[in-house]
Amino acid sequence: MADITLRVNGATRTGSPEARKTLADFLRDDLDLTGTHVGCEHGVCGACTVIVDGRAVRSCLMLAVQAAGHEVTTIEGLAADGGLGTLQQAMWDSHSFQCGFCTPGFVMQATALLNDHPDAGEQQIREALSGNICRCTGYQSIIDGVLLAAERNRER
Amino acid sequence: MKLPPVEYEAPTTVAEAIDLLAEYLDEASVLAGGQSLIPLLALRLARPAVLIDINGIDELSGVSAADGWMTIGAMTREYVAEESQAVADAVPLLAAALPLIGHEAIRSRGTIGGSLAHADPAAELPAVARALDAEFVVRGPSGERVIPAAQWFEGYLTTSRRPDELLAEVRFQAAKPGTGVSFQEVSRRHGDFAMVGLAVSLVLSGGVISDARLAFAGVSDVPVRATAAEDLLTGDRPSTELFDEAARRATDDIDPPADLHGSSDYRKTVAAALVRRGLRAAADNAARGSN
Repeated sequence: MADITLRVNGATRTGSPEARKTLADFLRDDLDLTGTHVGCEHGVCGACTVIVDGRAVRSCLMLAVQAAGHEVTTIEGLAADGGLGTLQQAMWDSHSFQCGFCTPGFVMQATALLNDHPDAGEQQIREALSGNICRCTGYQSIIDGVLLAAERNRER
Repeated sequence: MKLPPVEYEAPTTVAEAIDLLAEYLDEASVLAGGQSLIPLLALRLARPAVLIDINGIDELSGVSAADGWMTIGAMTREYVAEESQAVADAVPLLAAALPLIGHEAIRSRGTIGGSLAHADPAAELPAVARALDAEFVVRGPSGERVIPAAQWFEGYLTTSRRPDELLAEVRFQAAKPGTGVSFQEVSRRHGDFAMVGLAVSLVLSGGVISDARLAFAGVSDVPVRATAAEDLLTGDRPSTELFDEAARRATDDIDPPADLHGSSDYRKTVAAALVRRGLRAAADNAARGSN
């Protein structure tokens, strides 16, 4: 057990995870942030994607103790005022999701992309989302949602 | 699956890390980006007693160029190298291969040294290091050793690093003027490990190939140089006929592994196609660039 302090969604959080506990399980079990989903648990599906220090990472491939001193953003950290952000609204409008299991991972990966490239094009979006697996949608509606968000970013 | 119980050490200097390695030896695994090691733990394919996490060792990160060499710290994240203009200028083959590693979120954490020390024969970076005769700098209790790429890769996930040594940095010779590069691969899905991959670097001098380097990924338990093809290409001018013959020679001696993704014969056919494609792309790349 190690005492750690980190920033999660803008707040200082502390915990004492076992060394073997992944960041994903720490967020879910210790911080009750169950919006981060755990799918394959070995870095293939992308469901557990969160943002650490501005970069999208797989939270199942990072130990919780490694997040000490770092800034983590999870799906709960988007749209802090309780409403939907531009990306979330655009994905809603595009029917980007069906069962919703992969949703947090896709939204966080797309958030990281649009933070760096607010007006990302389709090829860039497809490349960025290529590591996230969805078993329902066939992906097209997800791409459409991110494209719509990029379009709305350009208009603003 | 959840990770098995494991002890955890987080040294902040190379000297501390070496002390820990000397203490635990084979019982320890070095944790860099974790993009290969954590899955191995989750799948119970690796069962170290202790993880020595080197993420807190600042001196292991960074890219620097001097005296015709590019030195890359072992903990340098793949995305950092991918975004580095210095890397693109000095080691264009590495720059070509980096975007093909896994996916964006993998490259956020994954490291240059981690991939090369993990030594998956199907991965991109081992083939690049082998093609370019990179040098591996390891540090241990008895000091520093420099290991050429030809001796670094010993077998599947096995390198010549001793248990009490830490890979500190990797050195690449800066590309000569007239260099053209290409990294080719065929995989089932975008971002997967390649069934076959190929790193190509050519130097064209006055329209003649003065240096040719080809290294396969995924055809053996280590990255493999296609020396017969390199010998054929050197001293000749790029042509379709030459590249066809190079593809034959490059694949004469390889015996790729078979699995459910493809038979050995299929991989051999793919390898030949990649040689033709890679040589054409590298020759075009050399003709375009004036570096």
